[in-house]
Amino acid sequence: MSGREAFTWQAVVVGENGAIDELERPMPHNDDTRFVPRDHNWHPPAHAPGYKTSVARSPRQALVSLVAPTRSELAGPDFTSLRLGPHDNDLLLNFREDPALAGTAGLPIGERILLFGRVVDQFGKPVPQTLVEMWQANAGGRYRHKKDRYLAPLDPNFGGVGRCLSDADGWYRFRTIKPGPYPWPNDVNSWRPAHIHVSVMGPSISTRLITQMYFEGDPLIPLCPIVNTLRDPEAVATMTGRLDMARSRSMDCLAYRFDLVVRGAVQTYFENQG
Amino acid sequence: MHQPNSRPLADTLLKETASQTAGPYVHIGLALELAGLPPRDEEIGPRLAGDGAKGEHIDLVGRVIDGNGDTVRDALLEAWQADADGEYQCQFDLAAPFNSFGRSAATAENDGEWRFATLKPGAVALADGRRMAPHVNLAIFARGINIQLQTRLYFDDEEAANAACPILNAIESVTRRQTLIATRETREGRPCYRFDIRLQGEGETVFFDF
Ligand SMILES: [Fe+2]
Repeated sequence: MSGREAFTWQAVVVGENGAIDELERPMPHNDDTRFVPRDHNWHPPAHAPGYKTSVARSPRQALVSLVAPTRSELAGPDFTSLRLGPHDNDLLLNFREDPALAGTAGLPIGERILLFGRVVDQFGKPVPQTLVEMWQANAGGRYRHKKDRYLAPLDPNFGGVGRCLSDADGWYRFRTIKPGPYPWPNDVNSWRPAHIHVSVMGPSISTRLITQMYFEGDPLIPLCPIVNTLRDPEAVATMTGRLDMARSRSMDCLAYRFDLVVRGAVQTYFENQG
Repeated sequence: MHQPNSRPLADTLLKETASQTAGPYVHIGLALELAGLPPRDEEIGPRLAGDGAKGEHIDLVGRVIDGNGDTVRDALLEAWQADADGEYQCQFDLAAPFNSFGRSAATAENDGEWRFATLKPGAVALADGRRMAPHVNLAIFARGINIQLQTRLYFDDEEAANAACPILNAIESVTRRQTLIATRETREGRPCYRFDIRLQGEGETVFFDF
């Protein structure tokens, strides 16, 4: 697979109602694409002493900049052939203690929410068919992870993991419960604001990003040492899910919108013709 | 409607969503079995090469070591590499004999040793026809790592190719280039390359921005 031939291709996906959509979509990982450089003053620095674990886990040497990234950096995995389960993006249903239960039996405890948004690049262009993964604590702030020993109980009906592919226009969505805040060892009394970990691949390993979504208005956000690894309040705003009453469902669930912006793809038709 | 050319491009460019640490419980989301969760139908795991894959089958193993010299036991790694012909297999498909992408983790259970079952990649061509020495791109995520660290693993039995690799040669410090070279061993009769990643201090691994 090389150069221009790889630029567009056909993918067949099964839509929500079983309809098969034919998509023609760009495959930016070819030799004519670059990505907008990462702004390291915007992202948190590796060494952020207020977040104590970063002190011993941060490089002291400068990153080596690849001024001409190669195919190894520009390409990336495409997950349209990964078989996703029917409830992979529905955390209300994907960890029922007894799968035979139906209706409202065996649902997790907590505030029901829709988490949805659009994956776009820095030029505002939708990023279709990209893998979005998420994980979170339950309503009491406890993770279903063997290392989490917090005294809040596990919920027998909640796993806390989801994944989906964005659709042809870049939209993704999950149904879940709002996670609880939890204490963690950093300062003497540090608490994480309620948050959902969100992971997105984008079109290339260069666009790979893991972030956390916080909930608009949470008073724990400005107190959090991990949030405060960021120096720009605008950067914190990019990680804040916004209550969206228009998408909230009457007598059912609230909706939070969380758009993801990945690095912009730039076409460089003239650069390789030196 | 915006007046064309009326403002600098930077104003029209959205900011990337800011990165945050993947945290200590990253396995729940990205390596379910290591968190103690049942796997779903298909998971992205540490096996890039199945039995039918063409090429020399190898393991990649190593530790992630922090600035105190302690082994990190909650890191997640993502590998990205070409096949034996130097081509990337971008379409991830568990039914295929080889995938270019995989995930592994260093945990307390495996004593902080991550491992990929893969094959030795071929040399990847650059646009100008030169070839890079065989390598594997690795991304490291963990608690305390605010944005993933990106490195490359090279092979110690590719001396001539390594010496000519434009990317290795782009590292100004000749000494630091050595931090990217994995060492060949044999384990249980299978070739294995060891690659310890030092996050900080003496022998600190080279990490890339690209
Ligand atoms: Fe968390």
